[in-house]
Amino acid sequence: MDNATPMLEVKGLHARVGDAEILKGLDLVVGTGEVHAIMGPNGSGKSTLANVLAGRPSVEVTAGSVLYQGRDLLELAPEDRAKEGIFLAFQYPVEIPGVSNAYFMKAALNAARVHRGEEELDGMDFLEFAREKMKLVEFDEALLNRGINEGFSGGEKKRNEIFQMAILEPRLAVLDETDSGLDIDALQVVANGVNALRAPDRSAIVITHYQRLLDHVVPDFVHVLVDGRIAHSGGSELAHELEKKGYSWLEVAPTEAATP
Amino acid sequence: MTQSSDAMLEKLANRDYQYGFVTDIETDSAPPGLNEDIVRLISAKKNEPQWLLDWRLKALKRFFEMLENDTEPTWAKVHYPKINFQDIIYYSAPKQAVKINSLDEIDPQLLETYKKLGISLNEQKRMNGVAVDAVFDSVSVATTFKGELEKQGIIFGSFSEAVERCPELIQQYLGSVVPISDNFYAALNSAVFTDGSFAYIPKGVRCPMELSTYFRINAANTGQFERTLLIADEGAYVSYLEGCTAPMRDENQLHAAVVELIALDDAEIKYSTVQNWYPGNKDGVGGIYNFVTKRGACRGKRSKISWTQVETGSAITWKYPSCILQGDDSVGEFYSVAMTNHMQQADTGTKMIHIGKRTKSTIISKGISAGRSSNAYRGLVRIQPGATGARNYSQCDSLLLGDRSSAHTFPYLEVKNASSTVEHEATTSKIEEDQLFYCRQRGISEEDAISMIVNGFCKQVLRQLPMEFAVEAQALLGLSLEGSVG
Repeated sequence: MDNATPMLEVKGLHARVGDAEILKGLDLVVGTGEVHAIMGPNGSGKSTLANVLAGRPSVEVTAGSVLYQGRDLLELAPEDRAKEGIFLAFQYPVEIPGVSNAYFMKAALNAARVHRGEEELDGMDFLEFAREKMKLVEFDEALLNRGINEGFSGGEKKRNEIFQMAILEPRLAVLDETDSGLDIDALQVVANGVNALRAPDRSAIVITHYQRLLDHVVPDFVHVLVDGRIAHSGGSELAHELEKKGYSWLEVAPTEAATP
Repeated sequence: MTQSSDAMLEKLANRDYQYGFVTDIETDSAPPGLNEDIVRLISAKKNEPQWLLDWRLKALKRFFEMLENDTEPTWAKVHYPKINFQDIIYYSAPKQAVKINSLDEIDPQLLETYKKLGISLNEQKRMNGVAVDAVFDSVSVATTFKGELEKQGIIFGSFSEAVERCPELIQQYLGSVVPISDNFYAALNSAVFTDGSFAYIPKGVRCPMELSTYFRINAANTGQFERTLLIADEGAYVSYLEGCTAPMRDENQLHAAVVELIALDDAEIKYSTVQNWYPGNKDGVGGIYNFVTKRGACRGKRSKISWTQVETGSAITWKYPSCILQGDDSVGEFYSVAMTNHMQQADTGTKMIHIGKRTKSTIISKGISAGRSSNAYRGLVRIQPGATGARNYSQCDSLLLGDRSSAHTFPYLEVKNASSTVEHEATTSKIEEDQLFYCRQRGISEEDAISMIVNGFCKQVLRQLPMEFAVEAQALLGLSLEGSVG
């Protein structure tokens, strides 16, 4: 892949959930090595965008295209997207009782390694690797041996998402409001997790409601999503502006361009 | 469930039963039908003593009475056409029923059958340290590690052999836990059982290896009536493994086994079963009828009996491994995974009868239903008036796959002592689309994700299995899920 090919190129994306059209012609280009923040009011389509990228079956793409490293992303199954390096930190991580985090992450990591033509890690090697990552995100080892998110607090679940992201070292990380409901310490952990992955060959999309995360993860670009489309884009200073002024000044007559 | 997962499940569900093959070995069979002559024939073939023949005939008489009075049990939540007991062949033995000293003497075709099942005796002998008493159709053809066990005074082998070797133990204990008139199928089994396993662990001996038997139903239209008797004398310990597979058949086959366990003072018996008999095809044609009576008596003080079962096979399962907690401070446990798919029906559970003081029982039941199957848990906890300070904890969880299967829980509690504690918890859940998507987003295929979620659901039970069996059970769950979750 040459450097000119963007990590992600979304063009005229329309998507629906059930009968409701949520995304209405979204365009977005994320360059390789860049961190983009996506902000916007509730219901503007932020999570739907994240779900389209990850391939959630209940979200239906009705028009538009998504290229990931120059390839058609939409034709890939969710597990293949994951193995190709797309990671979604879920807004609401699910609980899977009885399946240990360690077992799960070893299976996930090895699925990706096999896909890349690398050797699988055995239990010992995995544990060593996982311990290193646990330190990075201040993840309690006891949680590693518990069922996936089983009985975890809200903060522990979010931390687990970041831990999993650290393990899988994605090319394109998508964080769906990972910062919501977190105290300042946990917020710092999330930020550390994202910053640790910052590299010329990796990109991230950070979806957030609040500007405060962006004090710790300084984005290259900030986009405001309003009614299913990017209404405004700018540098990191835009986040501060939004914090002061809110979103209402951007919500001007979005309807005229809403119909494809 | 999503459309894609339904399609995948459909595809997997249509896979053929992997163990469906028939071994072509000449069998020595009696004509179909049930009467005194057949019972006499079986008894004569086995060179049994008179008392045992009399016992069988008494059972047969009792069975015919039950048949006449139409007391065939119908309370279970299972449906099947009435069985004609005169159509069944009650005796079938491989022709080569001679005593053997080593595996080399066994019919190679037979060994090949075991190999297909993944239970090569050679390999088991070498690698697992498991003594295998293989039951092929109704006669034991291979017993291993016997010498080693004998050094410790442990008797382990086929039931018919034990009748010759230690008739006094058989006479003392046979039918003492499951009497001939206990129930319809127990009476039938008592009359016509052909073989099975026997083990006796003497006082204070801890059996150094897992004892194991693989059952396999082979000849067409052959009823399989196993009789198993395990006795753990004072302070003894034994872990017994029972695994079953059967080749594919179009006609339903009746399997009515009886298992009796006896634990004396401070003895412990751990009985583990993995059962994956042919469940019939996806329209419910064929498959095994598994009507089994399994019961253990904790006769002695501080004795313990633990049942662990992973049931994925059979068209119909009717099975309640139970514990009679007679001795003070005795402990009964029941850990069960029952998985049904397509048209399979399972009505399974346990009975814990608390008689002694401070007796304790634990019931952990995990039911997984897929396809159009029906999966019922039926459990009785009875605390007798004398069972002061008795405790029971029951947990029954059901997992539904798809939207055409059903799960039922029928707990019966009979508490006659106010100082006892009985707890019951039950849950029903489905595999959520969110759970599947979460796994897939981490790079795990849908198929692996389902298998992982189901194994997680069953973890409490699977971890009770001995190591080598747990691996097999886990693989089997995965396999049965692939072939059966839909």
